[in-house]
Amino acid sequence: MIAILLILITSLVTTGLIIRVKSISSGRKGPGIFQPVRNLTVLIRKVTVYSETSGIISRIAPIVILTALLLASLMVPVAGFEPLISFRGDFILFAYLMALGRFMMIITAFDSGSSFEGMGASREALYGMLIEPALFILIAGLTVFTGQFSLSSIFNLSQNEGYSLVFGLIVAYIIGNITLVENSRIPVDDPKTHLELTMIHEVMVLDTSGFNLAMIQLTSMLKFAIFGSLVASAVIPRDLPPAVRVALYFAVQLLFSAAIGFSESFRTRFKMNRNQQYILTVTLISVLFFVVILFTKNIF
Amino acid sequence: MSYLLVYLFVTAITLLAFNRRASLILSGIFIFFAITVTSWLAIEVLVSGVMPDIGLQGAITCDRLSAVFILIINFTAATGFIYSTGYLKPYVQSKPAAWLRLHYVALAWLQISMVAVVLFRDGFSFLIAWELMTLSSFVLVIFDYDIKGTMAAGINYLVQMHIGMLFILVALIISSKVSGSVSFDSLTAYFRVFPNWPVFLLFFIGFGLKAGFILLHTWLPEAHPAAPSHVSGIMSGVMIKLGIYGILRVSMYLQSDMYYIGIALIMYSAGTGLFGVMMAIFQHDIKKLLAYHSIENIGIIGIGIGLGIFGNATGNNLIAVAGYTGAILHTLNHSLFKSLLFYSAGSVIQQLHTRNIEKMGGVMKFMPYTALSFLIGSIAISGLPPFNGFVSEYLVYFSLFTGIGSLEFYPLLIFTVAMVSLVLIGGLAIFCFTKVFSIMFLGQPRTKLPEHTSESSGVMLSAKILPVILIVFIGVVPALTVGPLTGIASDLFVRQGLFDPEPIMTPVKYLSLTAAIMVAAGLTFWLIRKLFEIRRKPVPGPTWGCGYTAVNPRQQYTATSFIQEYAGLIRPLIKNGASNITYKQEEIFPEERDFHSSSSDFFRSKIILRPANYIVNLLRRAAVMQTGNLQHYVLYALVFMVLIFLLTVLNII
Repeated sequence: MIAILLILITSLVTTGLIIRVKSISSGRKGPGIFQPVRNLTVLIRKVTVYSETSGIISRIAPIVILTALLLASLMVPVAGFEPLISFRGDFILFAYLMALGRFMMIITAFDSGSSFEGMGASREALYGMLIEPALFILIAGLTVFTGQFSLSSIFNLSQNEGYSLVFGLIVAYIIGNITLVENSRIPVDDPKTHLELTMIHEVMVLDTSGFNLAMIQLTSMLKFAIFGSLVASAVIPRDLPPAVRVALYFAVQLLFSAAIGFSESFRTRFKMNRNQQYILTVTLISVLFFVVILFTKNIF
Repeated sequence: MSYLLVYLFVTAITLLAFNRRASLILSGIFIFFAITVTSWLAIEVLVSGVMPDIGLQGAITCDRLSAVFILIINFTAATGFIYSTGYLKPYVQSKPAAWLRLHYVALAWLQISMVAVVLFRDGFSFLIAWELMTLSSFVLVIFDYDIKGTMAAGINYLVQMHIGMLFILVALIISSKVSGSVSFDSLTAYFRVFPNWPVFLLFFIGFGLKAGFILLHTWLPEAHPAAPSHVSGIMSGVMIKLGIYGILRVSMYLQSDMYYIGIALIMYSAGTGLFGVMMAIFQHDIKKLLAYHSIENIGIIGIGIGLGIFGNATGNNLIAVAGYTGAILHTLNHSLFKSLLFYSAGSVIQQLHTRNIEKMGGVMKFMPYTALSFLIGSIAISGLPPFNGFVSEYLVYFSLFTGIGSLEFYPLLIFTVAMVSLVLIGGLAIFCFTKVFSIMFLGQPRTKLPEHTSESSGVMLSAKILPVILIVFIGVVPALTVGPLTGIASDLFVRQGLFDPEPIMTPVKYLSLTAAIMVAAGLTFWLIRKLFEIRRKPVPGPTWGCGYTAVNPRQQYTATSFIQEYAGLIRPLIKNGASNITYKQEEIFPEERDFHSSSSDFFRSKIILRPANYIVNLLRRAAVMQTGNLQHYVLYALVFMVLIFLLTVLNII
């Protein structure tokens, strides 16, 4: 129960933190960290506009997307606090719920018959497909390392023989990169861009508005919190007292947001056709991690 | 056997029925009679574990594996028949009445022969049933014989199936060496003495031709588009699964070499799955696309069987049972969603008279129920929760991860590669089905749709509702199907030691829980949104055009543009060409030009067609002797006799 509460709290602040870090590092005053939440409260009070072309898909998809992500977040371990749902192979359900969200997002983009939204949909489908092996190879590596089969136990790295903090950091690095791709951030996509032709995520929601848009935005915020919690679970040892872990957890979230914020401030986005290379590089780092694990476990 | 023959002759009465309605009713009675009887037998076996005494002991053997397959066959045969009554209506005017009757007889024969295939253990009866299945499905495939290409696809299918049958025949005869009887039951004796892999390979090629593993798949993308939709549904849903049945059956008798057979099967199936879905994405012919997806799903089933064999070889029962259960469940699941997809696609084709998805668009407004059933089928075939496809893929993953957590280096590597392939297959399937669903059903029509475009008839819809119910049922309450199937897998396939299904069943129960949470949360969000909408009613507005107001449907994203980036990425593996358009310099007002794009099936063009053409050319040279001149032929005979005479005199033969 504590796990899901912590995730929900983080989801409300992470995006705001990233924006804050970006504005500070570029010398602007910038909005407060609760601005994204305030945007949500404005959005849910607005009248929803549906495209004349759109049908039932635009009406049900946002609900399915948010539900799928909420369900996925129920399986995420948070710094040693057990998630509500945990069973052998729950990471498969976790990854496939994310994929269900992607499926729904893509077909929503096509529902309004727009000339632009298909563009983002096509990219989302391709990049989402390419990044999945990175996550699964990482999980396979952790499975070999821990001999366990559920998200909460494979991220319990510190209890295992041969553990060093470096492993936690590599896992954090890989998950950080996966976050950038899954959430369509720089260097893959720029959420601040104003040209439809270069968007990925933003272009898919052009015709989503009001309450539905709020749900979609909440979903992206939730995604940050989910990946942030996985990072925290990988680096925080479990044998510390609960209060310390909560404190460390928030510290890690702060660092995670700051890292994304800084990387967004000092990096530019790639040309669209360079993205595949970037994603494959992340996958290769994942493979390297897998090989390192095989060495530590003397499986070669 | 004799019962089968009697049934075949009786169903042939349908040919003599005095009008279409009578023949329809007659064949319906026959099919549903056969379905009821065989389903009763299967359920009896599943409940009690032994075959009821109906005086057929010895002739047929029905164990629980056969029973599961009988139920799978009967369900899809039933929905296929119901669907066909609506689907064939427009053909009443255009096709000869006798041809329609023959079609229904073939449908009845196909159902009974498929059931017979899983019941016969005796080699020759099995082969007769197998042949009957091929012939009746051939008649069904060439229904549209007057359309160009149908006959070629049908004959291609017929020839390949006979090559496959030859392999099975040879394998059965070789394996009768020890016990002396041509039967599946004599395999144990053979496998105890001789190396297992050569005969398994023969069986694999024979059954794999039916199932559609790569290199053996080339008939599939030809025959499915040519056949009418209900036939595609039945063939893709259940008939190709009998190849899987054969492989499963043979794997029960394996005694040695299982380690390598398992690993080879896992790798080969992973390749099959990847290849199937990679090719599927390029297809713009909806039925061809679905046919390639069958290849993909056969790959997933194959990985499951490979894991089962491997688990048995290493004595790891958890890997074995999860693998086999995943394979059998995916066989059932695929029969449900693939037939559903073919039926839905068929309804659209019937209304729009085209199979090219680039010409569709916005069909959901005219055919909402068909669109919804296609959507459910798409989500299920992509292996996404909360539908049935996820459950079986989950079991295969479960088996793979169990191996990854416990194996040494080389098998671990194989398992990891297979796991990554499965992940990619899942991602590509999502890519493919978002494409086809969006382009077909969403947005606005890309070309003018026929005026009469409307929802398909009630009969056809009811044939779609039945699979939908089962898809949701298996997806939401998986424990009720996975439970019995793990029992079957552990009782029939596991060689040594007891098996405790608990590690599989606990997660499966969690899947129900998550489905329940999902429905509850979804409803809550929907209610909250409703509450907010009371005061602020949603309003319609134009689609965002980026300031451009004269948007027309031709500017929508197309299937080709959707896959463009993917096509660039995959180019080293699959060549996809497009005709080049060039303009002359003096051409101020360009004239009309044709543009078409294509993707070539590497295996078909390089490995099947090239050697085949080579042989044809060689034989053509030999045809010089065929002069049509009687004197020459007499001369040949004379030369031949002299040759025989000389060889005998010289004691060479």
